[in-house]
Amino acid sequence: MPLLEVKDLKTYFSTDDGVVKAVDGVSFSIEKGETLGIVGESGSGKSVTCLTIMGLNNPKNTISMGEALFNGEDLLTMSPGRLRQLRGNDIAMIFQDPMTSLNPVHTIGTQLVEAVRLHRDLTKKQGRARALELLKQVGIPRAEQRIDDYPHQFSGGMRQRVMIAMALINDPDLLIADEPTTALDVTTQAQILALIDRLQADYNSAVIMITHDLGVVAEIADDVVVMYAAEVAEHGPVEAIFRKPRHPYTWGLMGSLPRLDTDVERLVQIQGHPPSLLRPPSGCRFHPRCPYVMDICRQVDPVLAPTGDDPRHLQACHLDEETKSREAEKLLAGMMAGAS
Amino acid sequence: MLRYLVRRILWAVLLFVVVTLIAFVLFFLIPANPAQLACGKACTQQDVQRVAHALGTDRPVYTQYGWFLGRLMPVSFKGGPHLKKPNLGRSFVNRRDVDSVVAEAAPVTASLVFGAMILWMLIALPVGILSALRPRSLLDRASMTGVLIGISLHPVFIGLMLSFLIGYEAHLTPIAGYANFFGGLYGAPGGPIQWAYHLILPWITLAILNAAIYVRMIRANVMETMNEDFVRTARAKGAPEFRVMRAHILRNALLPIVTMLGMDVAAALGGAIFTETVFGLNGLGYNAIQAIGNYDSPTVMGIIVFATTAIIVMNLIVDLLYAWIDPRIRLV
Repeated sequence: MPLLEVKDLKTYFSTDDGVVKAVDGVSFSIEKGETLGIVGESGSGKSVTCLTIMGLNNPKNTISMGEALFNGEDLLTMSPGRLRQLRGNDIAMIFQDPMTSLNPVHTIGTQLVEAVRLHRDLTKKQGRARALELLKQVGIPRAEQRIDDYPHQFSGGMRQRVMIAMALINDPDLLIADEPTTALDVTTQAQILALIDRLQADYNSAVIMITHDLGVVAEIADDVVVMYAAEVAEHGPVEAIFRKPRHPYTWGLMGSLPRLDTDVERLVQIQGHPPSLLRPPSGCRFHPRCPYVMDICRQVDPVLAPTGDDPRHLQACHLDEETKSREAEKLLAGMMAGAS
Repeated sequence: MLRYLVRRILWAVLLFVVVTLIAFVLFFLIPANPAQLACGKACTQQDVQRVAHALGTDRPVYTQYGWFLGRLMPVSFKGGPHLKKPNLGRSFVNRRDVDSVVAEAAPVTASLVFGAMILWMLIALPVGILSALRPRSLLDRASMTGVLIGISLHPVFIGLMLSFLIGYEAHLTPIAGYANFFGGLYGAPGGPIQWAYHLILPWITLAILNAAIYVRMIRANVMETMNEDFVRTARAKGAPEFRVMRAHILRNALLPIVTMLGMDVAAALGGAIFTETVFGLNGLGYNAIQAIGNYDSPTVMGIIVFATTAIIVMNLIVDLLYAWIDPRIRLV
């Protein structure tokens, strides 16, 4: 049994303008100790997918359907009390913006101790010892003194380390990291990613890494889900996605990877804008931006199906296998040529 | 911290001088002769001049202001420097010590204002929070309508209606008047129960307007704070909703309310004029109105001194309190 199995997850928000289908039929699963990367543009539904799993959407205007089985228990239908037991204890989350994700009026020590004591029957002193231990593990210098500081006294990178400490303090089975490095500068990004990687090995947690950065995914993921407009465009093991990408959107993402070692004047970018999820395009949602668009793409939404050579590698595109291999090879050859 | 306090006190002194000077000059500009009023209609021109000389109103305004400041100083240089008790002078109209006028009126106003404050916070906190939790619900709509009514109705109207309906028609409370907390003088009703019994309508009157304003502020602040990222973090940690509300939302949402409360209470201490007038409470506002009508500048100045001091002190308390409850603020 996988640690987390998401089946046909749908999350709809009702807004004044109509129903926004923010996640529309997403499935994936993750085993203990594995890392899953979810990639996509802003607004593709990657964050909402994870917030739905955590039950953190505003319940007043959200409808969620499908299943999210965590150790066999459905997170979407379980009681709020049971969900609270799991949150922060078995499933923890790191958010995108460390500047605003910590409560400004409590010391980080208080907030860390709160996280432990919500789930463990510890005294304040024991909780504090545990908090200190975690702060040291995530590399906060002079942790004994800094534990009594307030969030505004830390830099962004240090705050994200505190967030990671808070997420790992109860030794969770699953860690969801929602663009944990987006708000940080490049050097700090690398440090934070290395930290998550190291702690994942130490704690043997499964990690869902949400990002729009393919480089991050290539670095740490075992499996990759490429999301486009609330749906899964391509899903498979990381080597398959990078060696044999089978979806024009994935090609577009790869083409827009900045490479330091080439002298390309401009990044190749995907034409157009992400579609509105209030009124998504008919047929394949990528067709208005797809350079390979055919008649069928405008009418029929392609199903997510295994590629010919690898049953674990799924893609949703009408193009024939031959064209896809040829175009993917051209793209990769181009990138290789640029690199050498 | 010490430097901060010293600087704040110096600023307070400057502020105090400016406020009292402006009030003094304004009073001097009124085209009326206090001596004529104090003397009475039967006085001859000579009598009026003698009264004016006795009151000091025949001297230039800067001399009079100098005397006023001199009276407030704890030292005197007349006949060699020596310590003395600062005082506010004596009324033009009835020659009473202004000190004792203020000392009698201040507890009345303080009873009214602090009692009303407790009442309006008791209303505004739960209503504001519940409205924020259930926006557009029946409760929210009802409370927002109540807010609109509370803000629109004038305290004089509210006070008179309450006094008429509950005091006069229903005989449930006194119509007007005050009872001393520590026992009545000259056989008047007194003691804590009579005190509260006499003040209940004034409290409600003063509380209605403020409760309305505070409900709206608390509702808006709580709703804004609920969408903060750190609230999501708290939920992601597995904190129960009650804890999320208390330790994370309210702790942040109520910070600006503290400032507001300090300012409003300080302003009201200067005289909740409408409420005091309607209920015949012999407080600072009521006394100020009387004194202005009589061109009794020492009494008016005395009340201004008290009100200014109250505002300055409350300001300082709020700032110190704020630095204590909001760690992002450092006093420098």
